[in-house]
Parts: sequence; structure tokens; C-alpha cells
Amino acid sequence: MSEMKGESVSSTIEAAVRVETKRQPLPPRERLQQVFDIRDLTAIYGSKPALKDVSMEVYKNLVTAVIGPSGCGKSTFIRCLNRMNDLVPSFRQTGTIRYHGQDISGRDVDPVAVRRTIGMVFQRPNPFPKSIHDNVAWGLKVLGMKDNLSDRVERALTQAALWDEVKDRLKASALSLSGGQQQRLCIARAIAVEPDVVLMDEPASALDPIATQAIEQLLHELKGQYSFVIVTHNMQQAARVADMTAFFSISRGEEGERWGELIEYDATEKIFTAPSDRRTEDYVTGRFG
Amino acid sequence: MSAVELSPLHRPQDRLRRRRVFNRGMEALAWLAAAIAVFFLGVVVWSVAQRGWSQLNLDFLTKSQVQFEPAVPQGLANAFAGSLVLVGLATAMALPFGILIAVYVNEFAPRPIRSAIGLTLDVLAGVPAIVIGFFVYGLIVVAHGQSAYAGAFALAVIMLPFVYRATVEVLALVPNSLREAGLGVGAPRWRTTLGIVLPQTIGGVLTGTTLAVARVAGETAPLLFTCSLAPNGIHWNPSGAIQSVPVAVFELSDSAEPSDHARAWAAALVLILFILVASLTARWLATRSKRKIMRAGR
Amino acid sequence: MTSLDATTDAARRPFPGRRARFGDLILQGTAGIAAVGALVLVGLIVWKIASGARPALHAFGLPFVWHVVWNPVHGREAYGAGSFLFGTAVTSIGALLLATPIALGVALFLSELAPGWIRGPVTALVETLAAIPSVVIGLWGILVLAPILRDHVDPALHSTIGFIPLFGPSSYGSNVFTGIVVLTIMILPIIASISRELFLTVPQELKEGALGLGVTRWEMVRGVVFPYAGGGVAAAMILGFGRAVGEAIAVALVLGDGLGIHLNLFDTGQTLGGKIALNYQGSGSGLETSSLIYLALILLVFSILVNLLAQLIVRRAARRKGLAA
Ligand SMILES: Nc1ncnc2c1ncn2[C@@H]1O[C@H](COP(=O)(O)OP(=O)(O)OP(=O)(O)O)[C@@H](O)[C@H]1O
Ligand SMILES: [Mg+2]
Repeated sequence: MSEMKGESVSSTIEAAVRVETKRQPLPPRERLQQVFDIRDLTAIYGSKPALKDVSMEVYKNLVTAVIGPSGCGKSTFIRCLNRMNDLVPSFRQTGTIRYHGQDISGRDVDPVAVRRTIGMVFQRPNPFPKSIHDNVAWGLKVLGMKDNLSDRVERALTQAALWDEVKDRLKASALSLSGGQQQRLCIARAIAVEPDVVLMDEPASALDPIATQAIEQLLHELKGQYSFVIVTHNMQQAARVADMTAFFSISRGEEGERWGELIEYDATEKIFTAPSDRRTEDYVTGRFG
Repeated sequence: MSAVELSPLHRPQDRLRRRRVFNRGMEALAWLAAAIAVFFLGVVVWSVAQRGWSQLNLDFLTKSQVQFEPAVPQGLANAFAGSLVLVGLATAMALPFGILIAVYVNEFAPRPIRSAIGLTLDVLAGVPAIVIGFFVYGLIVVAHGQSAYAGAFALAVIMLPFVYRATVEVLALVPNSLREAGLGVGAPRWRTTLGIVLPQTIGGVLTGTTLAVARVAGETAPLLFTCSLAPNGIHWNPSGAIQSVPVAVFELSDSAEPSDHARAWAAALVLILFILVASLTARWLATRSKRKIMRAGR
Repeated sequence: MTSLDATTDAARRPFPGRRARFGDLILQGTAGIAAVGALVLVGLIVWKIASGARPALHAFGLPFVWHVVWNPVHGREAYGAGSFLFGTAVTSIGALLLATPIALGVALFLSELAPGWIRGPVTALVETLAAIPSVVIGLWGILVLAPILRDHVDPALHSTIGFIPLFGPSSYGSNVFTGIVVLTIMILPIIASISRELFLTVPQELKEGALGLGVTRWEMVRGVVFPYAGGGVAAAMILGFGRAVGEAIAVALVLGDGLGIHLNLFDTGQTLGGKIALNYQGSGSGLETSSLIYLALILLVFSILVNLLAQLIVRRAARRKGLAA
């Protein structure tokens, strides 16, 4: 069985991984700087656990992908990282999430400060019903970054690879943009306020392949400045953009209860070419079911 | 160096502390606003209940008013009877009229007419009740004198937009598949509308009607010019003016006699209780009928 | 084959046969007549009120609207709406100014802040407050509120901020200020419950988009919720204002039926609706009745304008949101 591993990986993914790994090898994990150190994270909605005992690290200036079947708790997981789940009244969580050594999941930590440093891009583009300029400028103004406002807006839009397309119509409504442009605007909005980490929950799932490519390109270019955690259901995408990949899956208890678990977390190349867990292998080779 | 500054989350330019305090302040104001609203409701209901409760005895419910005789034990039976007649008549007038308009708008009318009628009824809903009263005064009372018919007509004009809106909203909820099913078995359109579509709306129409009844049962303004100069005693004949609960409260509260005030409080309590019961009933009907329509849609 | 054709055809065409067509005509006819009846009814209201006001219109013309006089003494009869228009404006604007911030606070509380178990009961309470008849609020206003304001609140306000002409000396409990408070209680639940519904329509995604940037809840409300619901809230305020302007019963009881234009909120006043209501037992002359109807005409025209404006705002806001979706 184990000898067949290499062959069973679908060739597209393999190709994607090869392209990816040609660029540069990942330094050993000990040499990487940790951004998040997550220990025994368990997340519960009401009385139903969505995620159990997740422990992993997220490293600085890398793209970390989270993959897994629908309902395995990917969204739940990254929404824990910037306290977005505080908005769900029935939500509770145990375990620790250390961000540069500080536990950010405690009651004494202000979620507003957490989200300000750890930004988020959502599955469906959600620009504010304001102008293109104001979408980016609003956060800057509220957060007191009012100096060189138009420079900052321009820089964010440039980084999000949107500037050339919108520079002549900054006053136009953001809702007049295409879906892909809207999503890049949301990325510009998130990075304009200079976060440290950007979380992305399936940022390309509502977009066409060209818009998706633009966003993947942008991740490559920006990861020198930010650390990214990206949820995706698209394995090729994970293989293309991510340095590290975490595979989550659904476990079933004796009484039929279901919860999400972290199965395997490793360098992307390893996850896709030589996974050490059967379940990972089944999933990345499409034999999941 | 404080611990705060060591935090990796700390961004001095954010002025987070100030913003947090401001946020707290605004949240506190919202709580305060809710407390004020609840307080005023509590105070109004409490005042009415406290003052009206002791008066709610058998005499009050069974004897009628005798004007200028404060010594005689009095009740408001005449006003209760009158309100019953007025609201019943008004419902009988407004209900079929409102339903027919809604049927026309939802089932037959072309788009521009639809929005024109909707707008007209919205405007009607916004016309002050006192103006409606004066309108009926000019239309009926000047020629025929005050009567329960006139008063009920004024109340019906106020009810009409409520009934219409309730019906149109449920009609819009009735799934098209049901209409197609009716037409599909070869039934003509009128049969489909009356036999299949309209029965689906009964719950919603009842909800709307109950709310409208609760609303007009407390309306004073439209009755002042149309049905307020009532003779003593209980009357059931709608061709003459009859007393009603809201008009009685209005008159009694303007009096200088403390015993009149006492009866005004008791009558107000009866009104509030009636409206509470009606709203609860409406809420119950609403949830029930929604469930039924949902099921029919599947 | 043919029978299948017939059924699909019937579904498409509303008039399958001659007999059925007759029934259709009857239903469509009666319903159509009812709909026309609604249009006629509103036209009739305008016409009746206008024609009732005609004698006064002839006698006093347009200046009636701003003349501050109401003199029913035979031989020296003179009427004008100025005083009541002023009273209506002061009480309604005052009520709107007091009610709007509280109502928005209540709506925000119910849509954003309240813990789940408080939400339902408080929403129901606010809706109950909206359903209390105006005559009951008026009764409470004159017998409970007015004495409290007269004995405690009015003097306190006068002695502390009496340098503002609005808070002059007080003597009666029935005054403009009491009217403002009563109207505030009446329109607060209207604005609050409409605004609450509007705030609940703001997509969760937009709110999360804002909060994800690291802004506080209030900043999110200001930046996202208010702009999104703005048009509807404006319409709700206009409707509440229209309701305050048209209210007759509650204010008739608590305003003290004064005449004249003055800044002192602690003096008596009267509104258009209140003046009409207090004359329900008959007026001295035909001209006075006609003048009262003239007051009603002013109210009617105003209420129609206010409602059309509110509808316009609602429709424009809906169209803008349609673009967003
Ligand atoms: N707000 C919520 N309230 C209750 N349960 C929730 C909530 N959000 C998610 N869940 C549950 O938690 C589990 C994990 O959901 P989650 O959205 O994190 O999965 P996911 O991996 O992101 O799925 P997908 O790929 O479909 O987005 C699911 O069983 C879901 O039903
Ligand atoms: Mg998800």
C-alpha cells in the first residue's frame, strides 16, 4: 500500500506541487518564527463540538492552508484565530491560542485589538456600500491612520493588484465592481490597516479562474510582509499557494456525533506527495468518502 | 514599560483605549434607551392597572352611565355594548372590502395599478383619525345626524388599510404552484382564487383583522364627530348615536369629578386588557398560519 | 395527447371557456370595483374636507393658515390656524427630537446588544407600547404625568436652565412640554420598531467585514449599520412625525387649550388636531365649523405629503439595495 503513495496522487496536484517546490525549500521548522501557537483548541456551538483538540503552529511570512471536507470546522478554526466567533452567542472554546506568545483567547483580551492585528477576508466579497476609495479609507480613518490617507489607499489597492483597474473611478460605488475585483478590494481593505496576519476563508470560492489566479498571485507577492492563513476546499489551490498545509477531517463518535479534528499538519509538499496518515492520503487523492 | 506595551497586539496609534471607552458609552446609552422605553410602558400600564383595578366590579360592568348623577352607582355597560356594536359593524364593512381590494391587487391588477392602489392605501393609513372623523361628519352626519353607522363607517375607513395590507401580504406568500394546481385540473380562475388561494390566507387575514380591531377599539378621534352624543342607557340600534369605551374615557378624563376619573381608569384598563389579549391572539394566529402556508407550499 | 395540451393551456391562459369566463368576470369585476372604491374613498375624503372648509376659505383665504386668532364671539368672528400650527410644530418637532435618539437606542439594543433572553420580551413590550390607545395615554398624561411635571420637573428646569427662553415660568400642568412628553411616548415605539426591523436586515457579512478590521461595535454601527438602514430610518422618523402631527386626542387633553405664539414650553398651547377634537360637541356658528374643517384640511394635506415623502424615500432606498444584492 504505502509504496503506491506516489502514484496515487493525482497528476495535476503533483504538477502544482512541483512548480511550487521549485521556488525554494522550506527551512526546518525550528528555524521558523511562530506567529500562532495553538494548543488543544476545542470549539463548541451550543453543546455540539465543531472542533476538538487542535494543536498546531502557524509560522511567520508563510502561507498556511487549511483543507478538509465540508463541515470539518475550517471556518470555525480560522474564526477562532481573530475572535470572530465571539459574535456567535452560543459559541464557547477551550484550549489556548498564543499569538507571539500572548494568549489571545482569554476574556481579558479585547477582541477588537485582536482583529485589528489579525485581519480577515471572507468567503463572499463583502465590500461596504460605499465608494471604492471609502471602502479602503474607512478602516484607516477609524483606526486613526489618517496621515497620508490617499497614499495609503493607493498603496493598499496597488498591493491588492487593483489600482490600475480602479484608479480612474475611486469615487464609484464598490458594488459596481466585478466579483473578483470586489474580493481584491476586500483584501486591500484588510491590508490597508497594516495587520500582521491575514486570515482568508475560501477567498476565491465565489470567483472565476482568472480572478482566482489574480488572488493567488497576490498571496505570493505579499507573503513577505504578512502571514497568511487560507481556508480552501480546492486542493490544487492549496498546493499552488501554501507553504504549510493542515488537513482537517470529520470524526464520528459512537453515538453518531460528529466533530472536526486536525489530522495532519506538515509542509505542503509532504501533505500532497507523502502524507503520513491514511485519511489525508484518501482525501488528497480524491478517494475520500 | 507597562505590560500593555509589551503586548504584540499593542498599536499606539489606534487610541484603542479611548475608542473602547466611547464604545462602552454608546452601548450604555442604548441600554439606557431601552430602559427608558420599558420604564414608560411600565409606568403607564401600572398607573392604569393600579387605579382601574379597584373599580372593576360588577356594577361597573353591568350598570350604565347616568350623567350628572354622581351619587348613583354607575358603570360603563352602555359603552361596552356600544363599542361592541361599533367595532363589529366596522369589521363587517372593512373586511370584505379590504379582502376584495387585496385579491384584485395580487391576482388581477397590472403592475402600475397595483402600486397606485398600494400607495393610495398607504396614504389612507397616514390620514389622521380626526380628519377621517370630520370626513364622515361631512359625508353622513351633516345630513342624517350622528349614528353608530356613521361611527362604524369612520372606524372602517381606518381599518381598511390594515386589512388590505395583511391580506396582500399573505396572498403574496401563497405559492404559485397552488394556483397552477387549481388551474391545472381545469378549474376556472375564479374558482381557483376563491376555493384554493383565498382559504390559504384565512390565518393571515384573521391576524390582520385582529390587530385592526385592537387598533380601532381604542380610537376616539373618528367617533367624536360621528357617534359621541349618546343618550343614557344601553342601546343596540345602530341608527342612533351610542356610547363607546374610548369616547367615555375621553369625556370622563376631562371631567373635574374624581369618581369620573376612577371610572375613566377602569375603562382604560379594560381597553388595555382587550388590546393585550387581541395582540397575543394575533401573534398566535400569525405563527400558526405561517406554518400552514409553508406546509401547503411543499 | 390532446388532454395534456388542454391542461397546460388552461394553466397558461386564465380564460379557458365561456362559462368560466363569466365567473372570472364577476370576481375580477367586484374586486376591481372594490379597488376603484379605495381610490374613490381617498378622493372623497379630500373633496369632502375641502368643500367643508370652503366657507372659511372664502372668508379668510390663505392668510388663515398663519393668522393667530380664534374668536367665536358673534359679530367679531375671526379665525386663523397660526396658533395651532405653531403648537403642532413645536410639540411634534419636540417629540421627534426626544423620541428619535431614544428609539434608535432601543432599536440598536434590540438588534445588536441585547442578550437573547431579553430580546423577545422587550420587543414585545415596545410593540405593546405602540398599541396603547391615544386616549389612554392622554388620560395618563393629564392625571399622572401633568401633576408630576408641574410640581417637580418644570420648576426644576426653570430654575436651572431658565435663562433659555424655552424654559420659562410654569403654572399649569397642562402645557406644551407635557404635550411633547406625551407625543414622545406615542411615537417612540413606532420609530423604534421600524428601525429595529431595518437594522436586522443589515447583512451579517457587512458587519463582520467591518469588525474584522478591528473596529469597535459602535464604529461598526456608525460605519455600516446606519448608512445601510439610513433611508428607512428617515422614513420611519417621517412617519412618526406624521403621527405626532395628526394626533388629536392625547394632546387635546394635556395642552391646556391656549392661544398664541410663545417660546415658553411651560405655557399652554394647542394643536390643530387638539383644537378640532375639543369642539366635538358642536361649535358656535357655521363659520367656526368651517374653520375647524379648514384646520383638518391643513392636517390632511400635510399627512398626504408626509406619506408620499416617506414612500419615496423607502422606494429609493429599496432600489439602491436592489443594486447591492
Ligand atoms: N454559528 C454556528 N452555530 C452552530 N453551529 C455552527 C455554526 N457555525 C458552524 N457550525 C457547525 O460547526 C461545524 C463546522 O462548521 P464550519 O463552518 O467551521 O465548517 P467548514 O469546514 O468551514 O465547512 P465548509 O467547507 O462548508 O465551509 C458544522 O457542523 C456546522 O454545522
Ligand atoms: Mg467554511
